Amino acid sequence: MTLVTYVLRQGDRALILAQRLLEEITHAPEIEEDMALSNLALDLIGQARGLYTYAGGLEGPADDGHVRTEDHYAYWREQHEFLNPLLVEQPNDDFAHLIARQFLHDAMALPYWQAMTNSADDTLAGLAGKAVKETAYHLRHSRGWVVRLGDGTDESHRRMQAAIDHLWRYTGELFEHDHVEDELIADGVAADPESVRAEWRRVVDEALGEARLEAPDDGVMQTGGRHGRHSEGFSYLIGELQVLARAHPGASW
Amino acid sequence: MVTTIGALDELVRDIDDPELPHVTIGDLGIVRSVEIDRERGTATVVLTPTYTGCPATDQIRDDVTAAVVAAGFEPDVQFAISPAWTTDWITERGRERLRAAGITPPPPVGEPGVTFVDPPVACPRCGSRRTRLISQFGATACKASYVCSSCSEPFELFKAL
Repeated sequence: MTLVTYVLRQGDRALILAQRLLEEITHAPEIEEDMALSNLALDLIGQARGLYTYAGGLEGPADDGHVRTEDHYAYWREQHEFLNPLLVEQPNDDFAHLIARQFLHDAMALPYWQAMTNSADDTLAGLAGKAVKETAYHLRHSRGWVVRLGDGTDESHRRMQAAIDHLWRYTGELFEHDHVEDELIADGVAADPESVRAEWRRVVDEALGEARLEAPDDGVMQTGGRHGRHSEGFSYLIGELQVLARAHPGASW
Repeated sequence: MVTTIGALDELVRDIDDPELPHVTIGDLGIVRSVEIDRERGTATVVLTPTYTGCPATDQIRDDVTAAVVAAGFEPDVQFAISPAWTTDWITERGRERLRAAGITPPPPVGEPGVTFVDPPVACPRCGSRRTRLISQFGATACKASYVCSSCSEPFELFKAL
């Protein structure tokens, strides 16, 4: 079961971040950015689909005899069953928040997927091989905006700094590992998130420096998302994600 | 009824990509193998999807399935994600066809990390390298939007992946 939990944590990280991006489409500052957000979300949903399908196969048939599908994991789980880190569910307070969230995530996701290409689990290594290529583009995009806004006008600089300051408290959780992962890390199935922390910090510091932004001190870090304890506002996110599937069970479009 | 493996292979590779005009799935290099089991009357086609979230993937699977059925075989269409698809698998003919459709073909995929350095991108219409990136993301995940400073025309680049 630990492998299923691990796979769902990775899938939920991708799906919930995609849902936040999708909320902002048509509200971006320029039409090219609307297309960028759609494409980022599409890649993340693709990653989530692959991971959920794998989780279903690992779990095998449920009591009703059916193997859980990707749709089951996305639409029919309750809030506490989602295991994403808190960072990715933080709201789009303004465009700077959206970009800071994406950047702090991507700077971790790229080296993490890179490390996962060496997983002893062939399916996870294969999924990582695809994800790492896409994530390189994601990081390049979010990093570009961090620099553009940080090194921009007084107002854009102020808001970018405020977003980094606010979201910093959610970055510690990205590198946590518990008994679920420790066993998998020992078996070479999962990469140790702690092993990519230095690279994350290097990329973050370099971009913030270029953007004339300050990295906050590591204070108290928020945690709990990977154990199903979520932030205020998560219920609205899940409500919107699931409403159509639950209002019209079995519908296809 | 297709009688030879070569003919079925050609038939499958000649299927158009649903999103890219005039480019076939053979041109894109996503057809890994086509095999016939004559005893069982089945044809197995293995494809490698381009982007994980590419919406064309389902359409391609349906088009391949239909082509195999039309050729008189029981279809078995599978996806292999490893090794991951790379734009380096796009054939020379595919690159020519992209250029003809106004899309600059992808540069060679570099080492990891080199993605962040852009080689100059040539305009597919006038060949000028005086071009400017508008957005890393175009109408599909695989393309970036550019504009040419010489002929002033916008165009798309098929990104290296």
